[in-house]
Amino acid sequence: MKRLVVLGAGTAGTMVVNKLRPRLDRNEWEIVIVDQEPTHFYQPGFLFLPFGEYEPQDVKKPKKRFIPAGVEFIEQTIDSVDADANTVLLGDGTQLTYDELVIATGTHPRPEETPGMDGPEFGRSIHTFYTFEGALALREALKGFEGGKLVVHMVDMPFKCPVAPLEFTFLADAYFTELGMRDQVEITYVTPMSGAFTKPVASAHLGNMFDERKIHLESDFYIERIDTDKNALVSYDEREVPYDLVVTVPLNMGADFVAKSGLGDELNHIPVDKGTFIHKDHDNLFVLGDAANIPTSKAGSVAHFAVDIFVPNFLRHIEGLPMLERFDGHSNCFIESGHGKGLLIDFNYDTEPLPGKYPLPGIGPFTLLGETEMNHWGKLLFRWMYWNLLLPGKELPLPALMSMAGKIPEDE
Amino acid sequence: MPVTTIGGKEVHVDDEGFMTNYDEWDEELAKQLAKNIGIDELTEEHWRVIKFLREDFSETGETPTLRRVSTVGGFPTKELFKLFPKKPAKKMAYIAGLPKPHGCV
Ligand SMILES: Cc1cc2nc3c(=O)[nH]c(=O)nc-3n(C[C@H](O)[C@H](O)[C@H](O)COP(=O)(O)OP(=O)(O)OC[C@H]3O[C@@H](n4cnc5c(N)ncnc54)[C@H](O)[C@@H]3O)c2cc1C
Repeated sequence: MKRLVVLGAGTAGTMVVNKLRPRLDRNEWEIVIVDQEPTHFYQPGFLFLPFGEYEPQDVKKPKKRFIPAGVEFIEQTIDSVDADANTVLLGDGTQLTYDELVIATGTHPRPEETPGMDGPEFGRSIHTFYTFEGALALREALKGFEGGKLVVHMVDMPFKCPVAPLEFTFLADAYFTELGMRDQVEITYVTPMSGAFTKPVASAHLGNMFDERKIHLESDFYIERIDTDKNALVSYDEREVPYDLVVTVPLNMGADFVAKSGLGDELNHIPVDKGTFIHKDHDNLFVLGDAANIPTSKAGSVAHFAVDIFVPNFLRHIEGLPMLERFDGHSNCFIESGHGKGLLIDFNYDTEPLPGKYPLPGIGPFTLLGETEMNHWGKLLFRWMYWNLLLPGKELPLPALMSMAGKIPEDE
Repeated sequence: MPVTTIGGKEVHVDDEGFMTNYDEWDEELAKQLAKNIGIDELTEEHWRVIKFLREDFSETGETPTLRRVSTVGGFPTKELFKLFPKKPAKKMAYIAGLPKPHGCV
């Protein structure tokens, strides 16, 4: 009997076991999946929790419900991987040997990495919606907010769902406008990047969204620490951004076992081949989803497209055949822009987000790089698709590789 | 990709002037690139950083981030801001002849 071990039962890990179980002979392959958390969170929903648009029960379900029969779920912390010995050590001392390993343990916010962030003010004047608890604490903070300086901030790239702070900013603008107190709230967007939008075509189309909404921009802001006496973010080049309420995206890092196992980069993300996700030194080790260091966005949509490419490759790989498919970095995300509207962007390793239409059989088309109500509904519909189609590994009408259909290239 | 002439040499660059061909770079070019962005003299400390970037790129195929230059290269972030003021990640990459570090939208 051969054994496939999948580490992490989040978006990518759950999809993978659901897609592979029916395709791997049960007399030949055992599948084991390990995760330390019993609850599966629909993380995109964390964006809506602070505004009361979603309730806690909308974004969590028991993990086991999504693990198919014939797959063993082990609820344990992963302590380390010995990739030379083909073994995984779990927190309770159990050792698992594997023939093939898929690491899908994601990337997670680390407030302790920024001095001043993880202290007594965390959850009071310093918030994040990047965790379930954080999003709920922020909901209370927004309810009690009487006006003043609201700062939306991100520590450093890469972090998962790189558009989420942008969406939070637009939703906060709409939220306070609807409460009739927008003029009492000063919103500042603080980014380590050179702007809110850094790709040329997207900046040209979306650049004025900040001015229209009177959102201030503080760019190239690389944070050194938070000064909780002064209530200010302080950058390495000694700029200060004062706040009454700061909503930050803490540094995102992969799991600690990655570093302990000597597999990760400086942020515990694991470098793999960007076309096949195979590790360069271990030809039975694959990394999927946010845990991988590949040059595309860390997002559920990317994990989904990546898994679609991975599955046929993996089935060939275990037969000793070459992997034929190559991932192109396809990413596709809705951006909430407030007041019931949204944007959609679609891109890959080589093609930046372009305007035009995104065809979706039976539902679409959606408008690319433009604000529409349809895009907002697309985002809300996505939650249903996530629980009912995506995680169980059913086919979605979305091609894994990016398509130019409907797009308008800039030079036309 | 546009071609431009820097210091008498023809090189391939992107729309923002970042070099796109690793092998077209040399130290003379770096001096000229530095001048283009207001760094008149490259000190020994500048060169150590630039060499780290070049070596790291040849291993990983990606322009290292500021965090990587500081944690893996061992150059304190504050120092990098002094050497390459305001936009160290971009400026280092520009002078080292590496592709522009990328964002998302
Ligand atoms: C606020 C927010 C909004 C988002 N919005 C969107 C969106 O609109 N669209 C989109 O496409 N994506 C969005 N995302 C990103 C998306 O949720 C992630 O990219 C996706 O879930 C990644 O899947 P993954 O399987 O790689 O990691 P995860 O789903 O995070 O799963 C990782 C799993 O590994 C487990 N794990 C980690 N370490 C260990 C350990 N040591 N031992 C045992 N288990 C471990 C964790 O418990 C977890 O279950 C958003 C994310 C956030 C936070």
